[in-house]
Amino acid sequence: MNEKTISLLHLYPRDMNIYGDGGNVLTIKRRLQWHGYTPTLLEYNPGDTFPKNVDIIVGGGGQDSGQDVIQNDLLAIGSTLRDLAEAGTPMLVICGLYQLFGRFFKAQDGHIIEGISLLDIETHAGPERLIGNIITKSPQFGDIIGYENHSGQTFLGRNVQPLGRVIKGAGNNGQDDTEGARYKNIIASYLHGSLLPKNPNIADFLIEQAVIKKYGEFVPTVIDDRFAELARDVAAKRPR
Amino acid sequence: MSKPYVTLLGKAVRTIARLRGGGSALPGLFVEKIDPDFMRRTLAQLPDGVVVISGTNGKTTTTKMVVELLQSQGLKVFTNRTGSNFTRGVAAALLGEVDTRGKLDADIAVLELDEAHAVHFVKVIAPRFSLLLNVMRDQLDRFGEIDTTAKLLAKIALATTEGVVLNREDPRVAAIAKLLTPELVTYFGLAPGLTEQFPNDDDMRHTQKRTLSALPADVTLSSIKDTVAEFVIDGRRVSSALKLQGIYNIYNAAAALALVRKVIGNTLDETKLFEALSNVTPAFGRGETLTVGNQPLELVLVKNPSGFRLGLASFEPKGYQTMIAVNDDYADGRDMSWLWDVEFDSLRENGVAMVSGMRAYDMALRLQYEEVMVTSVKTNLADALRQFISGASDQPKRIYCTYTAMLTLRQELSKMTNVEVIS
Repeated sequence: MNEKTISLLHLYPRDMNIYGDGGNVLTIKRRLQWHGYTPTLLEYNPGDTFPKNVDIIVGGGGQDSGQDVIQNDLLAIGSTLRDLAEAGTPMLVICGLYQLFGRFFKAQDGHIIEGISLLDIETHAGPERLIGNIITKSPQFGDIIGYENHSGQTFLGRNVQPLGRVIKGAGNNGQDDTEGARYKNIIASYLHGSLLPKNPNIADFLIEQAVIKKYGEFVPTVIDDRFAELARDVAAKRPR
Repeated sequence: MSKPYVTLLGKAVRTIARLRGGGSALPGLFVEKIDPDFMRRTLAQLPDGVVVISGTNGKTTTTKMVVELLQSQGLKVFTNRTGSNFTRGVAAALLGEVDTRGKLDADIAVLELDEAHAVHFVKVIAPRFSLLLNVMRDQLDRFGEIDTTAKLLAKIALATTEGVVLNREDPRVAAIAKLLTPELVTYFGLAPGLTEQFPNDDDMRHTQKRTLSALPADVTLSSIKDTVAEFVIDGRRVSSALKLQGIYNIYNAAAALALVRKVIGNTLDETKLFEALSNVTPAFGRGETLTVGNQPLELVLVKNPSGFRLGLASFEPKGYQTMIAVNDDYADGRDMSWLWDVEFDSLRENGVAMVSGMRAYDMALRLQYEEVMVTSVKTNLADALRQFISGASDQPKRIYCTYTAMLTLRQELSKMTNVEVIS
């Protein structure tokens, strides 16, 4: 391991952290080590001072109660996150934080939960939970394999691209075949699984962007991803 | 159709279903269809009413304990032993016990019910007592969110007429007390030194500090030394030797004691109670020990992150060969995300000899990121089991397995001639 450090910020681990979101953080941490970098793990919870020199940001999903707790705090750090995103900081947001990185979430009773408008998306509470194994195809990452579990239906605006097109499953809203969103170096998705262990090329993309931004170039190591390959093959064949 | 006929027909369907193998709830479905009032009518005859036990983890072992403890007090107890903890499973179990006139020879029913099904059940029959163990992330593809599951348990509590026993250390379960009249509520709990060993769902987010509860508990588990547990009951210290393995099973004993104290009341015979407790053995697959080739083989059922964590915390990996078997059938939960909510660093020193099950590679991948050495991966459970056993014939073994993986493994183990249940 060399002296090149990369700091990885876990956003709201206390309140927005379900369905194995920690697996995404662990995957980036380990792959950084395996690629020869020294990861520094940081956590940010409501009321904390937002740390300086953040290289990668990861945020997950939460229950309604968790979203209520973080909502005001997220709005308060929204401009910081926007500046980081515009400067090319790689970010991964899953499920609940994917929604709140958008313009708004409209609840079942019609009330609006404001997002930070970092992503040009909007989400409407849906009548049913969209649950099950999912496969999407991405021009950048190939087949993305995971598990979705959400009731919010997200619709993409003009300024974002979908992360992938649904091959099997529901995706953003069950209607337009899109799943997730891409903007700058942000990857947003509904996929748990956890997402990164079974889709290591997405993890390596986030790492590569962070390393290039900080150190100018990225020289990857070959990582033994055989278990990931085999887990993907099995997952792709499982029932919804 | 007259009532005895329905019972006879139902019993016939039950026998046929047994002969076909499996399908413990099928006859219940049959009776529900042709005599929807069968379950309510049959249970309503019981002089001491119905007790419901629900929660995510530990229902089966706790129910087994409560049944044996009530029997020690001279009660005839009906229970849904088949582990079919759905309403239909209750109806099916009743069919096996009623006489041809539909009469049940029991004083009281103690029923293990899945949270979602318990809500339907209590609409049909109000339980006299209920015991609510915990709310953990389990098969969230079924219930959606953990707060939703807590609401289901609250409905069970609200339908209960005489006493609700709550886990003081589970914040979502303890909060149910706010909805109830105070006289109805009793708690079981843990002494401060033990709470760290029982992570609740919030502790699993590892940043929130737990505040010690000030609520008074009727039964507190105060210490565990090897096979002896000490409880504080109503202010008195009582020690008991136990045949149960695993700290979580022993905490369930505190739950069972609190419930039985509530059900029996003043006439409780404590000597008989603790004699019965010291003889309770773990339920099927809940830390039971088999003997294979003169070596112990332990089966530990893991259904969700908290259960897996408790299992790993309960059993010392040193000196044991470890196998993990993970399936993703409906009863196991289809979503594999939960494996990433469990820390496996305790297995790093000794490694894992075999990983198996439909989702073996998901598990192996999880261990790779925890930097735990995996010797073999085989998705086929029968092949994996044989290799695991022959590869370490002179060592004790332990298998952590999900529900359907456990069913298959037990079937395979029963084919080996030298298998006997020793605990």
